[in-house]
Amino acid sequence: MSDHPLLSVKNLTVQFPSRGAMLTAVDNVSFDLARGEVLGLVGESGAGKSMTGAAIIGLIEPPGRITGGSISLEGKRIDNLSSADMRQIRGRRIGMVFQDPLTSLNPLFTIAEQLVETIRVHLPVSAKEARERAIGLLNEVGIPAASQRIDDYPHQFSGGMRQRVVIALALAAEPELVIADEPTTALDVSVQAQIIDVLKKLCAERNASVILITHDMGVIAETADRVAVMYAGRLAEIGPVRSVIKDALHPYTKGLMGSIPSLTSTDDRLVQIPGSMPRLNNIPEGCAFNPRCNQVFARCTKERPELMHYGNRNVSCWLYDEATTEAPA
Amino acid sequence: MVPQGEDIDRMEMIKRFVDSDLVYKFNRSPVAIIALAVTVLLIGGAVLAPFVTNQNPFDPASLNLMNGFSKPMEPNQFTGDTFILGADDQGRDVYATILYGMRISLFVGFSAVLFAMVLGVSLGLLSGFVGGRVDVIIMRIADIQLTFPAILVALLIFGIAKGITPPSMRDQIAIWVLIIAIGLSDWVQFARVVRGATMVEKSKEYVQAARLIGRSSFVIMIRHILPNTLSSVLVIATISLALAIIAEATLSFLGVGAPPTQPSLGTLIRIGQGFLFSGEWWILFFPAITLLALALSVNLLGDWLRDALNPKLK
Amino acid sequence: MSETLLEVRDLTRTFDMSKPWLNRVLERDGKRFLRAVDHVSFTIRKGETFALVGESGSGKSTIAKMVVGLLPSSSGEILFDGAPIGTGAGSSMRAMRSRFQMIFQSPFASLNPRWKVRDIVAEPIIAFDMVQNRQAQAARVAELLELVGLTASDGSKYPHEFSGGQRQRIAIARALSSNPEFIVCDEPTSALDVSVQAQILNLMRDLQDELGLTYLFISHDLSVVRHMANRIGVLYLGALVENAQARGLFEDPQHPYTQMLLDAVPDVDMTNREREEVIGEIPNPISPPDGCVFHPRCVKAFDRCRVEAPVMVATQYGEAKCFAAENVRKAGT
Repeated sequence: MSDHPLLSVKNLTVQFPSRGAMLTAVDNVSFDLARGEVLGLVGESGAGKSMTGAAIIGLIEPPGRITGGSISLEGKRIDNLSSADMRQIRGRRIGMVFQDPLTSLNPLFTIAEQLVETIRVHLPVSAKEARERAIGLLNEVGIPAASQRIDDYPHQFSGGMRQRVVIALALAAEPELVIADEPTTALDVSVQAQIIDVLKKLCAERNASVILITHDMGVIAETADRVAVMYAGRLAEIGPVRSVIKDALHPYTKGLMGSIPSLTSTDDRLVQIPGSMPRLNNIPEGCAFNPRCNQVFARCTKERPELMHYGNRNVSCWLYDEATTEAPA
Repeated sequence: MVPQGEDIDRMEMIKRFVDSDLVYKFNRSPVAIIALAVTVLLIGGAVLAPFVTNQNPFDPASLNLMNGFSKPMEPNQFTGDTFILGADDQGRDVYATILYGMRISLFVGFSAVLFAMVLGVSLGLLSGFVGGRVDVIIMRIADIQLTFPAILVALLIFGIAKGITPPSMRDQIAIWVLIIAIGLSDWVQFARVVRGATMVEKSKEYVQAARLIGRSSFVIMIRHILPNTLSSVLVIATISLALAIIAEATLSFLGVGAPPTQPSLGTLIRIGQGFLFSGEWWILFFPAITLLALALSVNLLGDWLRDALNPKLK
Repeated sequence: MSETLLEVRDLTRTFDMSKPWLNRVLERDGKRFLRAVDHVSFTIRKGETFALVGESGSGKSTIAKMVVGLLPSSSGEILFDGAPIGTGAGSSMRAMRSRFQMIFQSPFASLNPRWKVRDIVAEPIIAFDMVQNRQAQAARVAELLELVGLTASDGSKYPHEFSGGQRQRIAIARALSSNPEFIVCDEPTSALDVSVQAQILNLMRDLQDELGLTYLFISHDLSVVRHMANRIGVLYLGALVENAQARGLFEDPQHPYTQMLLDAVPDVDMTNREREEVIGEIPNPISPPDGCVFHPRCVKAFDRCRVEAPVMVATQYGEAKCFAAENVRKAGT
């Protein structure tokens, strides 16, 4: 095996033009993903997490485009591939699960037709073998009576079952990486729990890596090995999930964790971060979080912090810079 | 103190409009800019006709028959008068007849669209908001209306009106019959679009919030829902205006529209075509070009508005 | 114990889900009804927050709409301060209407995009003739906007100039403008990001303390409900399965469905608490199972559950509709 990480994102920048100006949706984002690892990408709406996922699978909608940085799969760049070459990778080496299962399933074809086609496009097997494989997959994702239901159309499945089918479809060609963008957001909590279990189990069995994009810290806590917190297109903090959740470094992560109502705490008031995330055309100078930060000091408003190493993780906050001589106000 | 506050509001409104996406998109669309310029030029010319022409072509006293058939840009061989776009058989300045004719065309067009709009928007609003049987009845009438071509409906109304009015009145009422005829063939579009928009808006939570405090259906329809349907109404009104101008021209061309005493662009074209093969091409050509320019620019403006107001099309 | 403000008795709502008449004749199919709300009863005391929690199709939003009179009930009673709530327009209904309000789920659809914020907030004031002149109205709107954490000058803006959280503040200001005592909150934060959700939840609690409001809080999110409610009703397929004091419900849930819901909530604190796996899915509400509607998914189900529908029995912290809970109680006494 190579010594490259499975996926390496370096200084990724995605911009799109609006009214003459360029808006930066993903701003200088870097992270690596090891084989078999589950990375949670968490952030609030507009943080750029979905755009990061779209950049990796080469599905950024024009006029948006990657304007800087690189994305490498096993050391080979994939951000500059032609769309035909990228199609070879999508589905075969990178599987996808989206929020709305209906966008991934064609309503005019049966589940069998869609699964068998996906399998045969990417793997050299006969139609009969592909169908057997498909039934096996449906069994694995927990669809009861899979050998009969495989000939049903997507609308004959419930929302949770459809998302199981999408997971089966994403895993059909044995990809090394699965990108799941808000896979459980449209589902009820009880169904969400089931889908998370299935996704986690199947990817672990196949040693596939997962990038799980979500706004829900709870889902991350249940699923991820490492978590990257995004804010205004930038990475705020990235590290092992337990450390980030139990002992957040970045003031934004701290605020975010405090604002989640919990089943066990009995606090009367939730921690609240004042204000809201800036719009892309109005990102403040220096650290993007500085107007909302309760530990802000002079440097934060002038100089933008890059990811810096601190303990077992990376954080982009001047509080953790060794060169910071000024005392926090 | 109070008017000051309102002044600030008005300035704020103007500033907001100048900053709006619509103005931004307009400034970046050459087609829209040219279309608007042509439309403004033509409508402005028509409105200001008495001030930008030397004669009123429909005042027999101002005409000189000796000027008949003057060629464009050439001095008349008898009188020495020069007409930029030539003169017709009776010595009327074609340039002036076009501007005065356009007044009739635009008056009929605007009035017909206004009539269709009021009728269509009210019925569409009612249909979409009340639903049930009212909706079924209104929409079936609209369906039946659509199975007849607009021109046929107009001809029919025109024929009936002709039958029931005394001959001496005909010229006077011709314009109004024209307006009603074109308006009646055009309301369905408004009704359908407004009905659709109303059904979407009706289910939104802000309407429930108004219901909750006991607001009457009438207040909800007029104050809440109507303003939210207006952008699509504006688009249709613009496109309808172009169609109404053409419909008016068609009817007048067929001889069932504006009378020769109050000629519209269509009437001018009808008159002009009699001279086409005898060499006096300008009597037909310039009114026809004007009609084309007017209808096309208004239509392009409408198309652009539809794209600009509906981000989903992009 | 303070007095009852809202009492809901045997509230039921059915929807006709039949195919069109001709299809029914051709396919020899009968009429079909969906019972969205099934004999639901609860009471809310003055100054408390009662939460209804359930998954999609549990009927929680239908109940909310019936309580405020936006949707007529099929049967049952809703008593507000002792008087029945109807959907009519009479003057007594009008007086009652000013006493309750609603906060909606979507901060985008709940504000008319063509209206300025000050007109949105003032609408209930005007509808109930609560001020004498425009100055008083403007002053009241400014006061309300400041109360929810906005500024008076925000009144001259349009809703699209605000973020989702700020829009929900505007919606709250509108709801408060008629000085209501009771507010129905239908998933008020489910469309918001979590940090904004915290702001809105804190604001709602502050307002409750300050103005003595009573809330009916509708949500699918158990952790939010845990944070907001004094008492909680758990809905499954349109029926209440458990109704208990909040703390008790979370510490010792009596109905297996409540237990399942609690187990399904992601463990964001990473406490590694013991949890059962979720079984099955919500059945089709048009043809619900016989007996206890939850029995196909229940780990504690026994023969009786498959044939007989349980009724509410008193539990330590409230009441639950479960034979197993009933047995526990009997064994205990």
